[in-house]
Amino acid sequence: MEKPAAIITAKNLTKEYGTLKAVNDVNFDIQPGTCFGFLGPNGAGKTTVMRMIYCVTPLTSGLLTVNSENVMENMSAVKRGIGVVTQDDSLDYDLNVINNLLVYARYYDLTREQAVRRANELIEFFQLEEKRDKNVRTLSGGMKRRLQIARALINKPSILILDEPSTGLDPQARHHVWAKCHELIEQGVTLLLTTHYMDEAEQLCDRIAVMDQGKIIKEASPWDLIKSEVSPYVVEIRGEEQARQKILTAVSDQIDFHEELSDRLLLYTPDATPLHAHIQDMNIPVKTLLSRRSSLEDVFLKLTGRELID
Amino acid sequence: MAALRVWQRNATVYKRTWKLNILPNFFEPFLYLLGMGLGLGAYITEMEGLPYINFIAPGLLISSIMWGATLETTYNVFVKMNFDRIYDGILSTPVNPKDLALGELLWGATRGTIYGGAFLSILFIFGMGLHWGILLIFPLIFIIGFMFATIGLLFTSMIKEIELFNYFFTLFLTPLFLFSGIFFPMNQLPQAVQIIAWFTPLYHGVELSRGIFNQVWSLELLEHLAWIIAVTLLNTIVVLRAIHKRLYN
Repeated sequence: MEKPAAIITAKNLTKEYGTLKAVNDVNFDIQPGTCFGFLGPNGAGKTTVMRMIYCVTPLTSGLLTVNSENVMENMSAVKRGIGVVTQDDSLDYDLNVINNLLVYARYYDLTREQAVRRANELIEFFQLEEKRDKNVRTLSGGMKRRLQIARALINKPSILILDEPSTGLDPQARHHVWAKCHELIEQGVTLLLTTHYMDEAEQLCDRIAVMDQGKIIKEASPWDLIKSEVSPYVVEIRGEEQARQKILTAVSDQIDFHEELSDRLLLYTPDATPLHAHIQDMNIPVKTLLSRRSSLEDVFLKLTGRELID
Repeated sequence: MAALRVWQRNATVYKRTWKLNILPNFFEPFLYLLGMGLGLGAYITEMEGLPYINFIAPGLLISSIMWGATLETTYNVFVKMNFDRIYDGILSTPVNPKDLALGELLWGATRGTIYGGAFLSILFIFGMGLHWGILLIFPLIFIIGFMFATIGLLFTSMIKEIELFNYFFTLFLTPLFLFSGIFFPMNQLPQAVQIIAWFTPLYHGVELSRGIFNQVWSLELLEHLAWIIAVTLLNTIVVLRAIHKRLYN
């Protein structure tokens, strides 16, 4: 479908390394001011897609436009409008916090005055005031990530790319990063992120593309993905194989489908309460019985085929 | 312009530590001149009609530029490229791989110039090269620095293991240092060696420097200069492509 308003458009995007197709004929449109997530296991091709968008990896074939510029033709112009937070921290360890921002501003040809003003704003926004003149080495993991995001925003980009923004962060730091991301979306920045954390994708993304083996196998909003790929609720049973089988046989007409993991039985159902009650009434001894809303994790496991589904 | 930004980044880092960094650059020529010039010079009183210390000083100056520029574009660039991931950060800005490479070359030339400048100042203190013709040495120092920066970076663009620099320094730069006419005139050596020397970069720099210092103006100096400029230009083109290929894939 043609959406002329898209800020990033990929048509038949392909990247080959020798015989390996890291990205295989991928298509997507990203609307400005939204958060678009690439979800997938390691090696699915998420990072390669990002790298092609910010012009550090050439396309093998296909067409990729960012802010109406072809990424293969006008690299500097494309990169001027994008801020990038790479997966491994690429901060400049030879410089202190403020100089990381000021030196970075020079790469975008900001004047000294603009750079200082912007750097101070960002240091405040990301609460790094105390570390302003400290070496980057003295920063905690969460602070380093915040500094990386601050640095990526130095040129006020319309697009911010976050490659696994919360990997390796403790829960407080993760939530801090997410809160900042929400603020940025409100300011109109288009967010592009890769993650393999379902909660992160659910928290932030308006749309999600699930990638596996170089292809996008599904693209929708998080809620639509859950609705279309799995049932709204899951009843999880942990216990002996025999007990699980007995329950499965007894309730098979009340569920949409089920999934057998090595240690658990998952029953997908439109309404968990009656099913839960029914299983309790059966008085079959199990270790745990719990009901929950189904999540992107269930979608992800189903789509990327880690477990077998009937 | 973008290349200049990369140069500025390095200058910002250097500014923090330059006082510590620069001191050895002054001791080195001092030690060389004392040890080789005065020590060895007590036995070899004259070489090609010059006091021995005056014979070796112009060549040593050029070799110090060589060491300075290549150290920068070998080890330092390798670490930035492969260990510190600094280039990942830089390349996601409007700076492209070729700008980055050119910036590093300019910085390597600058470091070579700092080494050469320190060396030259000691030579002045020793009373050498105090004449107007010496002004020509300043652009030469920068050009030689740039040439060796391209040579170092070319090697860096080809290797994946930092240990391989040992080969570059031991099997390439050290022989250059010893067999480029710094310590003895090349015309004493067999014809074959002289022909090989003509194809190496340090030799031409040494000859030019000696000509300038001793004010022996001849057309041969232009030939040496032409060699250096041609090789530098050619190497620059090759190395920019090599770095582009290495960092854009």
